[in-house]
Order: sequence, then structure tokens, then C-alpha cells
Amino acid sequence: MSSTITQPRLGPLGTARWFWRQLTSMRTALFLLLLLAVAAIPGSIIPQTGIDAGRVAMYKTNHPSLAPWLDRLGFFNVFVSPWFAAIYILLIISLIGCVIPRIRIHLRTLRAPVPRTPKNLSRLPAYVERSVDEPADVVLDRARQVLKRKRYRVREDAAVEGRARSIAAEAGRMRETGNLIFHSCLIWVVLAVAAGHLWGWRGDAIVPVGTPLVNGQYDTLNAGPLVDTSKFSPWLLRLNSLDVSFEDKVAPTSPQYGQPRHFTAYTTVQDGNGKPQRKVISVNHSLSIGGNSVYLLGNGYAPMITVRDAKGDVLYQQETPFLSQDNNYKSTGAVKVSSLPSSQQMGFFGFFLPTAAFSDTLGPVSTFPAPKDPALVLGMYVGNLFPGNEPQSVYTLDTSAMKQVQGTGAQSKQPLRLMLKPGQTVKLPGGRGSITFNSVQRWAGLSTRHDPGKLPALYGALLGLIGLIMSMTLRRRRVFVKVTADPQDPARSLVSVGGLAKGEDPRLEVAIDGLALAVAGDDSTHVQLRTQAGART
Amino acid sequence: MKFDFSNDHIDTGIATLSSHFLWASALVLTLAMMSFALDLAGAPYRAARLEARRSATTQTQATADGDVLVDTAVATDVAPEKRPWGGRGITLSWLGTLLLIVAVVTRTIAVGRPPLGNMYEFSMVGCMFAMVFFLAWSLKSDIRWLGVFITGPIVLFEMLAAVIYYTAASSLMPSLQSYWLSIHVTVATLSVALSTLAFSLTLAYFVQNWRDERGEAGRERLKWMDALPSAASLDRTTYGVLIVAFPMWTFTLIAGAIWAQEAWGHYWNWDPKEVWTLVIWVVYAAYLHARATAGWSGKKAAYIALAGFVAILINYGIVNVYFVGQHSYSGL
Ligand code: HEM
Repeated sequence: MSSTITQPRLGPLGTARWFWRQLTSMRTALFLLLLLAVAAIPGSIIPQTGIDAGRVAMYKTNHPSLAPWLDRLGFFNVFVSPWFAAIYILLIISLIGCVIPRIRIHLRTLRAPVPRTPKNLSRLPAYVERSVDEPADVVLDRARQVLKRKRYRVREDAAVEGRARSIAAEAGRMRETGNLIFHSCLIWVVLAVAAGHLWGWRGDAIVPVGTPLVNGQYDTLNAGPLVDTSKFSPWLLRLNSLDVSFEDKVAPTSPQYGQPRHFTAYTTVQDGNGKPQRKVISVNHSLSIGGNSVYLLGNGYAPMITVRDAKGDVLYQQETPFLSQDNNYKSTGAVKVSSLPSSQQMGFFGFFLPTAAFSDTLGPVSTFPAPKDPALVLGMYVGNLFPGNEPQSVYTLDTSAMKQVQGTGAQSKQPLRLMLKPGQTVKLPGGRGSITFNSVQRWAGLSTRHDPGKLPALYGALLGLIGLIMSMTLRRRRVFVKVTADPQDPARSLVSVGGLAKGEDPRLEVAIDGLALAVAGDDSTHVQLRTQAGART
Repeated sequence: MKFDFSNDHIDTGIATLSSHFLWASALVLTLAMMSFALDLAGAPYRAARLEARRSATTQTQATADGDVLVDTAVATDVAPEKRPWGGRGITLSWLGTLLLIVAVVTRTIAVGRPPLGNMYEFSMVGCMFAMVFFLAWSLKSDIRWLGVFITGPIVLFEMLAAVIYYTAASSLMPSLQSYWLSIHVTVATLSVALSTLAFSLTLAYFVQNWRDERGEAGRERLKWMDALPSAASLDRTTYGVLIVAFPMWTFTLIAGAIWAQEAWGHYWNWDPKEVWTLVIWVVYAAYLHARATAGWSGKKAAYIALAGFVAILINYGIVNVYFVGQHSYSGL
């Protein structure tokens, strides 16, 4: 006989089974939970491409040596990076592998009868004995009522082969039910979120007041891989007016000065071939239309600008949206006069300032977000606006094939700077006509969302919360009540109550004491003979 | 007076009054903390005197009866000493809490909406909740030993609010003008108040456990800790508090997602604040798991609970102020 101990050899199937058991163990679940928490943290510290690409670009210029490494390791896209996905996918698999067998076992438990009263109650973690001035039958009847009132499932055993008459009772099986509902709902919520990513879409558009928005025609559209973009529901929305207010009742030194207070968009919407309806959209109050939701997420200014040629014919007349750059809505934008031969096209680029001021260090600035003293400050370029016909942003000029126009007179050594107030017209140098700042209009940033997963996720989360509360508040307990007639006096009896709990139960002893008191008829003259806390310390 | 989320009438006079009440509350609770500390400091002497009285009684009884009965008779005869400093601590806690409630109520009147719009306001409300929990609990059981561990952090948070987070009374920015503000932030604040309570209990657990692990020598150290419950009991109580706080935090997470959907059009956007809310939730879920995992209950689980509270502190003190995201409402 060999004396060496050999490890049992695991075949491929055995290895797989071993691996599966490891993955679905509580220890692994715990480890993966902690890992998930740690892995999420970098995503809150380092800017994320999916949230704010501009900040990522800035971070990359500020940290030229670190950024490439972070980029390679996916730190600018933590929540879609493979390593983050690996953690939560393992967690979900572990969860499924853990929950399914537990559901099977629990279904069996739910059908199983209450177990028999054990022989020796005094060995249980909580145990109380009382003597009662009543015959055993009466006490047993009361025990049954008390337990039923407290929603215990009850099983009675007659006195046989030396065992006293007893009631076995069980409560709190709903604890495990709640726990399983909770864990199943976690899986459901993850599936619902995934569905939202696959079938959901989001369209953003900048809409000047007076302009219609047609569903499907967005400045940018982000659609999940399974979205059929040809099947957008036909609706149309017209922005009638936009009401915006900013804090001006505090001192200008207060950090609250100029903070936004109200944004409200008044719209007319038309769904398919329905009648036009007036609707209001504001922050926290989206508009539901054709199965989509429309949100008001931003706003800004769209000055009405007219450019005329030397003869006075209109070359360009449009509400031109400018994008705000700071809390006081200093905004940048571009005017592209493209209805001219390509070598003669004109481009204007610069700032719109709702409350204009001039700083020696910063140049033109805005000191308040509302249009108290609006001004346009523009530079001018001449040449080809669209070299190579590549798509470009409407808010900036591509000046690679253009020449900047110089100032006139004393400023002829500097680039031309046009400064306009509402209603003003300025002649352009070189007989190129004139530019007029007609009036200040606003635009609304509207975002349309479609997410088929959001309601299933919500219902799953709420049901999961109910399951969690069940699991946290209910206690799984077994209670046994034994009643024997007093050998000296048949009118008296002896009651023993024992209990045990599954899992944490700090109040078990209190509960057993209370139960014994109730079974004994709650009469303070009855003496409590013995309380013993067995295994628990 | 108008009372709604878009209220823009601010009464700065009453707001100033409110901050005076906050200072007064911090002062009174500091006195409460000192009383509780004196009470704990007296514990070893109380124990020694009790022992002395007990042996004195035992001797007289033993000579009189010379019987076994003595033991039971003695146990009921020697009543525990009165604890005047503990009583003063409780009284001062009531007074300090009352002042704090007045501070919250006057702030509410000043801004004409629930005072949950910036860090100053929810620090104040969170402290109020924690003190009310503590006092309500003190009506049911003798928890004078906990006093110093509660009033200490609360005074700290009150001072932090008054000095660093102070924000002038003002209207809300548009994304905060929603009834979800009351629902989401109130439950979050309640949950954080409970977690603070659990944190104090965990610290006490670590000290008690440290003494236990050193056996006889350990029990000689920090004698006043004898006035606190045993490590096992502190551990159970922490769990009891956290199983209330955890579903509340779960609700906070869900309500926050619903609100984000209404205000920003997406229920989950991995905003730093959302990330940290999830991190806190996952860490406390890990704590609950640890207690059910063989080899992880006790000290290891307590470390996880501690990590959970550190995450809360980071979420509250650092993420609100320094991280760039959509939740920029600290008012600083
Ligand atoms: C997404 C990951 C998970 C989360 C957020 C989570 C969360 C929770 C929470 C909050 C509890 C406490 C509620 C209660 O005691 O009933 C709990 C309990 C439990 N979880 Fe999970 N869980 C996760 C994954 C898992 C996995 C993978 C397993 C299987 C290994 C598992 C098994 C259990 C068990 C057995 C309990 C009951 C512990 C007890 O009796 O106290 N969980 N879980």
C-alpha cells in the first residue's frame, strides 16, 4: 500500500464543476462586489469620453506623459472598458449561478411540512419554562391561537411514546423569498439596462425660437445597434418662446448672482396627423410625444443677423445660434455667407455677449447671463468657406482657405473687429456690403430620448426593494411549545418554549420570552422557572 | 408665505437668525459631549465603588445568615449609583437638538422651501436626524455610553456646516426645483444619519475587540470602556442599524435615478455623484454578504462597514465640492 497522499484527479468536467462552484460561492461574490466598488472609482476621478469629451481632451494636453497610458488601459472609458465589464459580467454570472439553485431549494422548503418538535428543548439557543395554573388542554389551545395570530405555520403532535404534547411552528420563510426576489430583480434590472442600450436612442438639436423640430432630424443622433432609424414616429414640435430667468436679486459679489432660476419652453406639438397642441417643457418636466420624451437641457442666444451686398440685396438672414462658454453666457458662433463664388465667400467669427464689458486681460467678456446690454464682437474672413467640401461644425469657421480682413484707418495694422449692438448696421471694408445685428433671439437645446428599458428597470428596482425590505425585516424562526400536566396537580401544567433562528437574529430571546408569556396567559403571578440562553453568548 | 421649490422670495433676516441657532446648538452639544465624557471617565470608579459596596454587604450578610442565599440577596441590594454627568449629557442633548430643530425650521421659513438645496442645508438636516434617532433610542434603552460618540461627530459636522459649507439663503437652480428633492435628499440624509450612528458603533466595537484580544492585560487598558456593551453586542447593534440604513440607501439610489431621468433625460449617466452612490451601496452590500460568509464575520466585516462610511464621507465632502459633474449644487 502506498503511503503517499495523492490529490484526486479532476477531469475536464470535474475542473469545470470545481470552477463553477468557486465562481458561485459567497466568497467570490463578496470579492467581486468589493472589486466592483474599487474599479468604479477611477471613472469618477478621471474625465470620461462618454460624458465630457472636451474635458478628456484638456486632460490629455495637461498630462502628456500619463494620458497615453491611461488611454491604453481604458481609463477614459472606464464604464465600457473590458476590465470593468469583466467584473460585472462575472458578478452577474455568479449571481445567476447562485440564485437558481437557491430558488429550487427554496421551492422545496416552501412545500415541506414543519419539522417535528425535538426531544430536548432546553438545548435550543433560546429556552423558557413556566408553570401555569391551568390544565394542559387550555394552555395548548391558547398556544395554538397565539402562534397562529403571530402568523406562524403550526404542526401539532399528540403525546406518543413518552413525548409530551407539543406544537411545532415556523415563521419567516418569506425572508428567503424576499432575498431571492431581490437577487432576481438585480438580474432583471441589468437586462433591462442592456435592452435600453440596444434599442434606445437619443437625438439632440439646437432649436431657435420659431423654428420647427421634426423627429428624426437632429444635429446629433446616438442610436443603439438595434434601432431602426427609418421607423421614427412622425411628430413635429415648434418652439414658440423660451422663458429664462437668472438670479439678480442678490449682491453681484454673491456666488448666487447670475445663477439660473427658471427655464421654460412654450411649444406647439403635432403628433402624426393629430391636431396641434400647446405644451410646456421645463427642467424636470419633459414632454411625452409619440413614445418619445423631449427634454429641455440647454439654452443660449441666437442673434438675428443680416448680411447685404453693396447693392443692398440680402445675402444672409438668419437666427444664428451661438454656444455659451461660461456661466455668464459669453458665447461663440459663426456666420457663413456661402451664397457667393467660393473665392469671395465671407465668414464672420466671434462672440455674442449678453451683458457686454471689456476686460484689459480677457478682452470682451459678459458680466451677466441675461441680455441687459447685448453686443456682437466679430472678426471677418474672406475666401473659400468649405475647402474640400468636408463636413464642418456650424459654430466655427474653417479658415484654412480664407484670409482675415484687416481693419481700416488707424487700425489697418490689426485684424478687423466689428462691434455691433442690436439694431446697428456696419459697413464692411472693401465695398463688400454691410452686416446688421437685427435682434436677440434665444435657442433651446432639446434632447429627444427613447429608452424601452427604463420602465422595466424601474419596476424591477422597486420590486427588488420590496424583496430587500422583506429580507431585512423578517426573521426565520422555529418555535416549539411543549405542555405537560403537573404530576402533582392535574389542574396545573408545565409549559416549555424553545426557539432557534436561521442566520442573524438578535431578538430571538426576547421573542421567545414574549411568546412564553402569551402562552401562559400573560398573568404576572405565574413564576418563570428558568431561562437559558444555550448556544448564544 | 409662499412655500414651493421655485420660491424666489428669500428672507435674509430669518436666515441669519437660523445660523445663530446653529451656533447655539453646536455650543450646547459640545457641553453635552463633555458631560458624556465625564460620565464615561467616571465608570472605572463607579465599578470600583460598586465592588466595594457589594463585598461590604456580602460580609455583613454572611455573618448574619451564614447561608447560601446571600448571593441572590446581595445582587438586588446593591443598586447602581446615580450618574449625574450622564443625565446632564442627555438633558443638554435634548436642548441642543431643540436648538438645531429651530435652526432648521427658521431656515425653512427663510428660504420658503425644504432646506435641502446645498451642503450647508443638508448637513444641518442630517445632524438633526442623527440627534433625533439618538434621543428617540435613549427613551427606550440606556445608551448614555453612546452619547460621546454621537455628539462628537455631530458637533464636528455642525461646525463644518457653519464655517466651511456656509451658503447664503437663496433660491434653487432649475434642476433642483422638483418634489424629488425632498424625497431623494431626505431619505439620503436619513440613511447617512443612520450610517454615522453605525460608524460610531463600529469604532467602539474595534476598541472593545482590541481589549478582548489582549485578554486580561487588555481589560486593564481603557477601563472606562467597561461602561460600553461587549464587542459582540456592539457588532450586533451595528448590523441592526445598517439593515435599516441599507434599504434607505437603495431607495435613495432608485429615487435619484428617477429624478435624473426627469431632469437630465437619462436615469444613469455615470456622473461622479452617481458613481459614488453606487460605490457606497455596493460596499454596504458587501458588508451584509460578509456577515453571511464563513470566515468574514466579525472584524473583517467591520472593516468593510468602515470602508462604506469612508465612501460616504468622500461622496459628501470631496465629490460634492471638487469633482466636476452634473451634481454641482454644493453652493460653494
Ligand atoms: C450583484 C451582486 C449582488 C448584490 C448587490 C447582492 C446584495 C445582497 C444584499 C444587499 C444582501 C442582504 C440582504 C439579505 O440578507 O437578505 C444579500 C444577501 C445574500 N446574498 Fe447577495 N448580492 C449579490 C450577489 C450575490 C451572489 C453572486 C450570491 C451567491 C453567491 C449572493 C448570495 C447571497 C446570500 C446567500 C445572501 C443571504 C445572506 C444572509 O442570509 O444574510 N449574492 N445580497
